[in-house]
Amino acid sequence: MDIRLILKSLPALLHGMVLTLNITSVSVLCGLLLAVILALMRVSKNPFFWMPSYGFIFYFRGTPLLVQLFLIYYGSGQFRNMLSTVGLWTFFRQAYFCGVLTLTLNTAAYTAEILRGAILAVPFGEIEAGMACGMSKVLLYRRIILPKAFRLGWQAYTNEVVFLLQATSLVSLITLLDITGVARVIAARTFAFYELFLTAAALYLCLVYGLLFLFRKIEQRLLSHLEPIRT
Amino acid sequence: MSIAMLLGLIASWGKLTRSRIGKSVADIYTTVVRGVPELVTILLVYYGMPTLIQDVLGAMDIDFIINLNPFMAGIGTLGFIYGAFATEVFRGAYLAVPKGQIEAARAVGMGTILTFRRVILPQMWRFALPGLANVWMVLIKATALISVIQLPELMRNADIASRATRKPFTFFFAASLIYLLITTGSLIFQKHVEKWADRGVRRV
Repeated sequence: MDIRLILKSLPALLHGMVLTLNITSVSVLCGLLLAVILALMRVSKNPFFWMPSYGFIFYFRGTPLLVQLFLIYYGSGQFRNMLSTVGLWTFFRQAYFCGVLTLTLNTAAYTAEILRGAILAVPFGEIEAGMACGMSKVLLYRRIILPKAFRLGWQAYTNEVVFLLQATSLVSLITLLDITGVARVIAARTFAFYELFLTAAALYLCLVYGLLFLFRKIEQRLLSHLEPIRT
Repeated sequence: MSIAMLLGLIASWGKLTRSRIGKSVADIYTTVVRGVPELVTILLVYYGMPTLIQDVLGAMDIDFIINLNPFMAGIGTLGFIYGAFATEVFRGAYLAVPKGQIEAARAVGMGTILTFRRVILPQMWRFALPGLANVWMVLIKATALISVIQLPELMRNADIASRATRKPFTFFFAASLIYLLITTGSLIFQKHVEKWADRGVRRV
């Protein structure tokens, strides 16, 4: 084991970590927004709304992330002429954009499913009470259903974010230099495979458990009214 | 998947025993494996393991060269990773079996093994099935990652075909449809198995 090499490549790996965190946070935020819309469409009774949402969720949950990533990054090349005329080619040419887009769509599908379960689990009495107060449908969703659904789905959502963080390692396959990407490049140059991949694994472990800690803190805040009273 | 189930059973048994060593080994196994991305683990095993073993043996003055077969490395790694996920599923299922039933089994004089075989295992199945099906779904999708170590599975072949014909979208889309077919098929199969495992449960 070559400790010096690990220390020497640590700055590069930390630089990769910044990209990993960047991709994770952007896709988590965009994915969440998209997921709320998808989940609302999914619980609607109008087939015009729920059918496309169902198809989207079904496709993205049923296929591997790697296939989706290659489909968007390499597959978009097949439509190069079409994309250039619309002016979107400059985006699809960048690996970063394709990576974030794929991860966003993927996490949106999983999160929408979590949210759908949570929305359906909101106690009917609470909705009824809101309706009895004369709330309109929009107000009902904004004030009663969605906040409650977020609390109910928070633990499942924590898992999803951790999976997303780990899934960002796949973007190293479309030439991006995140933690895994940096580790692969240095390992290929120095033949020090296990040193670098072990270091990368340790970095991911730190990130995952840091994230879990953060989400537990938020959970305590969200669910503080449910805590047993301390005497 | 069989490897994952076997490892999961062993490790969950380790988690639930009173032996402190067994518990801590199983704990470390699940925390580390579940905290590291699959891709990194696969790369670590396929590229890192041979060099690690060579270095260790080299330090002991033994010259030895190993070449991991991608197929074996892939299966071994996936089994190793998803064993950790299966462990948690089994642990939850074991805890969901009512305590009173285990006590009752002991009271009629059943031994540990007999209790496990006749009382705990059949009920554990029921609780573990949805979780296991979930692990199976994730596992199928994770097999796509094996293409990274050049094993000619579905994804790798789609990659080769798309390079040869310069039609990446067509081939990757076809590959994704095949995966969709497999996952949907497993979903239907899961429904049937769950019905079978639930056959002894009273319904309202």
